[in-house]
Amino acid sequence: MPSAIELRGVTKRFLTPSGGVYTALQDLNLAVAPGEFCAVVGPTGCGKSTTLALISGLEPASEGEVEVFSKAVRGIASGIGYVFQSDAVFPWKTVLENVAAGPRYHGTSPRDARAGAREWIARVGLAGFEDRYPYQLSGGMRKRVALAQSLINGPQILLMDEPFSALDVQTRSLMENELLGLWSSTSASVVFVTHDLEEAISMSDRVFVITAAPGTVKSNYKVDLPRPRNVAEIRFQPRFTEIYQEIWNDLRDEVLVSYERQKRSGAA
Amino acid sequence: MQAPDEPAAQGGADLTARRVREARRRRLTVQGLRLLVAVVWLGSWELTTRLGWVDKFFFAQPSEIVLKLWTWINNGTELGPLWVQVLTTMEETVGGFVVGSILGIIVGVALGRIAILADVLGPYVKAFNAIPRVVLGALFAISLGLDIKSKVATAAILVFFVVFFNAFQGAREVDRNLMANARILGANNRRLTTEIVIPSAMSWIIASLHTSFGLALVGAVVGELFGATAGVGELIYSAEQNFDANGVFAGMVLLAAIALVAEALITALENRLVRWRPQVNTETRI
Repeated sequence: MPSAIELRGVTKRFLTPSGGVYTALQDLNLAVAPGEFCAVVGPTGCGKSTTLALISGLEPASEGEVEVFSKAVRGIASGIGYVFQSDAVFPWKTVLENVAAGPRYHGTSPRDARAGAREWIARVGLAGFEDRYPYQLSGGMRKRVALAQSLINGPQILLMDEPFSALDVQTRSLMENELLGLWSSTSASVVFVTHDLEEAISMSDRVFVITAAPGTVKSNYKVDLPRPRNVAEIRFQPRFTEIYQEIWNDLRDEVLVSYERQKRSGAA
Repeated sequence: MQAPDEPAAQGGADLTARRVREARRRRLTVQGLRLLVAVVWLGSWELTTRLGWVDKFFFAQPSEIVLKLWTWINNGTELGPLWVQVLTTMEETVGGFVVGSILGIIVGVALGRIAILADVLGPYVKAFNAIPRVVLGALFAISLGLDIKSKVATAAILVFFVVFFNAFQGAREVDRNLMANARILGANNRRLTTEIVIPSAMSWIIASLHTSFGLALVGAVVGELFGATAGVGELIYSAEQNFDANGVFAGMVLLAAIALVAEALITALENRLVRWRPQVNTETRI
């Protein structure tokens, strides 16, 4: 079966403000099967978010091939959802207008867009909040809006960049379970970037470990825990601990490398 | 903080009542002091001119300014009925304000969105902004005539630059995440401009509208000074020609009244346009 997402030998370089060249990703290979939930873990600044930007088409690769459903990515493709780390819902739109934005941009009539939006708002548990503005919502509720906003477009690929990192622990595991519930009713492939290994294992089918910058895939692990899962409880299973130890052995070295580097550049 | 000797059981209601009383007392104090400032200011002015310590020929006198306004209201001015003069200046101001703001927003957003345009036109805009633009009023008086057009143009050119720079800055400082999100959701370039760039630049633009309305009034009045047949500026000009200091001050009172009304209208517009922002408590607004 062809991959939903495939990155082959991908390198991404950025110009730094001082005129130098920074290599964020180096010869990265990664494949995600259709309907697979993948997590990408790695130390801070290893190019995890850059990987998502390449898949979405927000940024072009410097070298190598990025393919989505066997088609090379050129600019922003449709059929992709992206949930950002920071708040990216539109502050001047109400919840309803925010969720209806995607269909509106794709030419759906305002009435149909609003009807669809109401449905999704109810599915993410925000019924009754349609006319609120984002500033009137809590952080968790804004994340729900962002999820509905992405999922209403029916994406085959859902990219998530540490979406729950700003939430408190309780809200976070609540949102993780809800995401799994919503995802199971779609056939979307998910790439979920996180620095939290527990979150990565409890949610995904496969975990990619990225090295310290320049980032490349160090290893990938299949997570054979049964679904449906409850992320708050799955952490107590012995198999979870086994997988965790296995991946952590791999990840630890990279985290140390990255930490040493930060210390040095901080001291300089 | 609750005073330690207060019985804790009464707690909430008591505290609220006390806060309300305190707030009312503070409001009364502020209003009383405001009145006092006016009384001292106008009273000393009136007194010194009456006693002859200050020459009222040059510095006018509050009671005579009031009398002047009263005459204008009842018997009309030397240029015709008073309301015609006020209305003329209002028309010129609002006209210049609207034209200048709209042009400023359009050009500002365009230059903010299209980098090449900003790079090419940047130096010209800066150079143009550096000259004292009120002198253009003289040019407009020649080229557009003595009627409303030349005043609207003068007001508009003053307003334009203020709004332009704010719109430009606002359009350039749009949150990159919001832009990326909109693009992923399927927004094309036109949608990005109308649904992301303009709304997010709006808070910058709105902040500039308060200043620019004041400038529109300056433009209209200066335009009238360069030559006109009606308007508060012309009224001031003709008073000055007659060495009538009271008339000049009376005209200034009218302009202040116009500015205050406009300020209230713009605040209402602001509240309407940025409903999505958390309400900031601005009790001591100046």
